[in-house]
Amino acid sequence: MNFIEARKLVHEYIRRDEDDNVESILTALDGVDLDVKEGEFVAILGHNGSGKSTLAKHLNVLLKASSGTLWVNGKDTKDESSLWDIRQSAGMVFQNPDNQIIASVVEEDVAFGPENIGVPTSEIWKRVERSLKSVGMIQYREHSPNRLSGGQKQRVAIAGVMAMEPKCIVLDEPTAMLDPNGRREVLDAVGQLNKEKGVTIILITHYMEEVIRADRVYVMDNGKVVMHGTPRAIFSQVDALKSYRLDVPQITLLAYELRKAGVPVPEGILTRQELVEALCRLF
Amino acid sequence: MLRDITIGQYYPADSVIHKLDPRTKLMATMVYILSLFLFRSLAGFAAVTLGLFLVILLSKVPFGYMVKGLKAIVVILLITVIFNLFLTPGEPLISFWKLRITEEGLKNAGFMAVRLIYLILGSSILTLTTTPNQLTDGLEKSLRPLNKIHVPVHEIAMMMSIALRFIPILIEETDKIMKAQLARGADFESGNLVKKAKAMVPLLVPLFISAFRRANDLALAMEARCYHGGDGRTKMKPLKYKGIDGIAYLLVGGYFAAVILLRRFL
Ligand SMILES: Nc1ncnc2c1ncn2[C@@H]1O[C@H](COP(=O)(O)OP(=O)(O)OP(=O)(O)O)[C@@H](O)[C@H]1O
Ligand SMILES: [Mg+2]
Repeated sequence: MNFIEARKLVHEYIRRDEDDNVESILTALDGVDLDVKEGEFVAILGHNGSGKSTLAKHLNVLLKASSGTLWVNGKDTKDESSLWDIRQSAGMVFQNPDNQIIASVVEEDVAFGPENIGVPTSEIWKRVERSLKSVGMIQYREHSPNRLSGGQKQRVAIAGVMAMEPKCIVLDEPTAMLDPNGRREVLDAVGQLNKEKGVTIILITHYMEEVIRADRVYVMDNGKVVMHGTPRAIFSQVDALKSYRLDVPQITLLAYELRKAGVPVPEGILTRQELVEALCRLF
Repeated sequence: MLRDITIGQYYPADSVIHKLDPRTKLMATMVYILSLFLFRSLAGFAAVTLGLFLVILLSKVPFGYMVKGLKAIVVILLITVIFNLFLTPGEPLISFWKLRITEEGLKNAGFMAVRLIYLILGSSILTLTTTPNQLTDGLEKSLRPLNKIHVPVHEIAMMMSIALRFIPILIEETDKIMKAQLARGADFESGNLVKKAKAMVPLLVPLFISAFRRANDLALAMEARCYHGGDGRTKMKPLKYKGIDGIAYLLVGGYFAAVILLRRFL
């Protein structure tokens, strides 16, 4: 069984008036199928309001499905008794770094998760050290989070999740509020966790450049999964992406325009290097 | 102005007082505050002064730094002194116009001023030598018996530590919103009280909205990290009494006995 399996997942936000009558129903997830294997790096793309965050919250059982099924780590999310197991095995990092750091000292914040699941004190110290090292923040362990940069705060948040020793981390637009440097720091840390520790990564993002590292990409629009495949396969369909109001990476766009103008470069070029090589082969 | 308040600010140093368990310090502070309202003679006053300054010395916090905390209470201090000075009945010492100062008034005013100043100094030692986290941990553990009568001690301590984490963020945010509104021609300075209060509305509304959004996000983030109240929770830094805490308890006990004896006999 895959680490995450969603079948026909539906989520409806129901708004009620004062007398509890249904005023309006918004279907934020509309029959989503999702399969993620252990150790995979999966990216989820989508325009504003396409349901990405709603999906992410389901993976952590912060929301309950209106219909359909979702298994995380072999457990059915409908089963109340596996709630804490699922939250521990699939950690979550949110967009705003300030609003997810709980303690006033970096190391104490990282310890918050393990404290909640009842890890013994000596083991907490080991885990805090290990996870701060894994995101390169160990030298800041006694600092106040308020003095850190956005990228550093986000890495502390990732360490906080890592300290619970999850198999999977879901990151909901973790770089949306960061400058380019911070963005790179966070992505490098995430990539490293995936490669070296084999942590499954689900990265939700607006930035196409961040998707290139992923093994597979899901594209969402209006609560549905509309495309999925390798980054290369996805980015070779420039017209389809545009119809979902998404941009493609600049290099891919350049290659696409070149092809349209009659230059025979291959489809789905992702990096500058690849484009240079393709062009050199031509002349 | 908000920056002047030294109460609630930690001053890192390597001293015996810093090393004490927060529960010991909380208890000592309670005893000290009690003793402030027990002494009524100069001998008692001397005992309290001795105790206070000994601890200040031991804490290695510069005295000047501590005194800064008094700025916040200057107004209250003045009002207390003036009321005590002029409104205590008794034998008049000096009188002019409709006012008169009595001997009792002078004594009362002096003692009240000393009590207030000592109160602030004493409690600021607690907060200057104890990190906010230690403080909330200490409170949580000392007040645990109240759990039996359904006081949500863990939740209160958690609320306090979260408040301490978010106060600087919210202050910064207030500053940002204020500047944004100033840039749009808002005026927070001129006019009477009503006008000033009205000018605060465009400041408070966005501040509240953002605070609620933060609270919502934070609750979600805590839940995602398996927070489910105090049950079955372990600690990275559990509180443990050490040898010096025993000595401190003895000394505090001795101090309290001395103050009570002095009240009786001197
Ligand atoms: N708590 C809520 N109550 C009602 N409707 C909601 C709620 N949260 C989200 N929605 C609606 O559900 C839809 C999907 O929202 P979601 O936050 O999942 O989108 P998203 O893809 O994460 O968007 P973004 O890129 O802006 O983060 C949107 O139309 C949104 O307005
Ligand atoms: Mg979102």
